[in-house]
Amino acid sequence: MTDIKVIGILGAGRVGTALARRALAAGYEVRIASARAPSEIALMMDFVAPGAVPATTEQVIAESDMVLLALPLSKYRSLRPEAFAGKIAVDAMNYWPQTDGVLPEFEGAPVSSEVVADHLAGARLLRAFNHLGYHELDAEARPAGDPGRRALAIAGDDAAARADLAVVIDRMGFDPVDAGPLAQARAFAIGTPLFGAPLGRVEMQEALAGQQAA
Amino acid sequence: MELGVYSFGDVQRDTDGALGSTAQAQRNLLEAIRLADEVGLDYFGIGEHHTHEMPASAATVVLGAAASVTKNIILGSAVTVLSTDDPVRVYQQFATLDALSNGRAEITAGRGSSTESFPLFGHSLNDYDDLYAEKLDLLLKLNETPRITWEGRFRPALDDALVVPRPDRGHLPIWLATGGNPNSTVRAAVAGLPISYAIIGGPAERFGPLADLYRRAVEQVAHPNAQTRISVASPGFVGNDAQAAKDLWWKHYHEAFRALGEIRGFPAPQRAGFDRDANGGGALFVGSPEEIAERIVALHGVMGHDRHFFQMDLGQLPQKDFLGAIELLGTKVKPLVDAALAEKAPTSETV
Ligand SMILES: NC(=O)c1ccc[n+]([C@@H]2O[C@H](COP(=O)([O-])OP(=O)(O)OC[C@H]3O[C@@H](n4cnc5c(N)ncnc54)[C@H](OP(=O)(O)O)[C@@H]3O)[C@@H](O)[C@H]2O)c1
Repeated sequence: MTDIKVIGILGAGRVGTALARRALAAGYEVRIASARAPSEIALMMDFVAPGAVPATTEQVIAESDMVLLALPLSKYRSLRPEAFAGKIAVDAMNYWPQTDGVLPEFEGAPVSSEVVADHLAGARLLRAFNHLGYHELDAEARPAGDPGRRALAIAGDDAAARADLAVVIDRMGFDPVDAGPLAQARAFAIGTPLFGAPLGRVEMQEALAGQQAA
Repeated sequence: MELGVYSFGDVQRDTDGALGSTAQAQRNLLEAIRLADEVGLDYFGIGEHHTHEMPASAATVVLGAAASVTKNIILGSAVTVLSTDDPVRVYQQFATLDALSNGRAEITAGRGSSTESFPLFGHSLNDYDDLYAEKLDLLLKLNETPRITWEGRFRPALDDALVVPRPDRGHLPIWLATGGNPNSTVRAAVAGLPISYAIIGGPAERFGPLADLYRRAVEQVAHPNAQTRISVASPGFVGNDAQAAKDLWWKHYHEAFRALGEIRGFPAPQRAGFDRDANGGGALFVGSPEEIAERIVALHGVMGHDRHFFQMDLGQLPQKDFLGAIELLGTKVKPLVDAALAEKAPTSETV
């Protein structure tokens, strides 16, 4: 198990800044990059996620123990695979042709993360955070044991990386649920009953089992 | 604080339950704007949409008709899907509206919540960001000068072209709409433009830090012609009885988002989530006049916004209920909000 201390976030939009707030609240150091220079997002971060350190994409990847991907899916090709060698990378991106436009390589792919994983070969790629709205990250975080605590699913082929992310998610205020290998992420993809549904840990486990059996 | 309404031109249901006339929806809009003006509301916005459920595709035509039957109300778009329109045409239409309404026209530019206009007008969603940036640039330049020389990727170049009519007041207010990407807040501040926050789910106060960011960024940039104002657009409905209003509106809210979810792949809303957002500090301003007034004032304490306007006609809400809510917003909510804010911020004479 890796001792995660620094969380890196690529994308400083709605999802990226919400993840930054949760990670800071959980006691992690946070580095964050957008499409612009770090100096250009410094003021913004002071207000929306005070404490998160703006950096370049390269710095974020190099200096973090785990990198959360919260950029528009169409930008995934801008990520240099070599930079991710051996890194835990968590893909929060969704494929929404209605808003992103049609991206041919994602058409018909049951799990968009599999395409991202192929591109970032060498990364320990996980899928998480994609099945809830960004504002729910702020509004629905709860302490461990709270009966209303919401569950977040994790999929990925690297079991140790999944376990590391489970610790992070728990500290962020959600119940981690291990969905298994990356291919299982189809069970909580857009259009499934789990997507967007406010489920607790047990309900999530049951729903995943139901989807996976189907 | 200015109060108002916005609509996407929700259609009615026929007696047999089928979706009703898209033409009638335009007449209903006109009726709603007229009433909003009569009951003293400050703003009415029409949001461009191109669906059977929401057929408000030509906002300036309806607003132009409204200009001739209203006196004071500000007439605007909420929003103009600028990415798929021609900024020259947008400017001409709103400048014409401004002329006919004696200076009551406003544009709110945004990316819009739906994307039907992309295939309709032959644009690619893959160009989303570039289209928006380029067209906003042109629209803002058109607001500065009647003669323009300009070149871009998505529209033929302009060589000392004359764009008329010109607003008597020199320029049109152009707002930028955002759904919460913090960079849009910075973008509006840097351009010296007023900003309109669409707060449609979750706790409304989460937009407080963005409003603070906007004010701080404006200070830092100190744009010479800055028109720094903040508005909030949120779903809402007012009825005399709080519970009855929530029960009625839930049916229509559910219907609207169930239908949208089917297209976009998210589940239908649940009553528990609705009740959480429709009470306390949530984003859905549904309830009695007293409750809505209190909640507007509470959000004002966090955001300091200058205008708050509500989308009431959703999911085939009957026109009579829409009109009833507009009336209550003007006659009951507005005086309560004015009184509460006057008390909170005593003028220098009264201190
Ligand atoms: N919105 C939601 O509730 C939600 C929920 C779950 C998952 N998602 C997924 O999460 C992703 C992000 O969504 P969002 O709503 O946060 O989008 P957003 O608000 O538009 O933010 C996107 C961010 O990515 C940055 N970016 C763009 N290109 C980049 C690059 N090459 N390198 C680094 N950063 C880059 C942008 O930077 P600039 O600001 O400098 O352009 C911006 O900060 C999407 O794939 C979406 O499907 C969204």
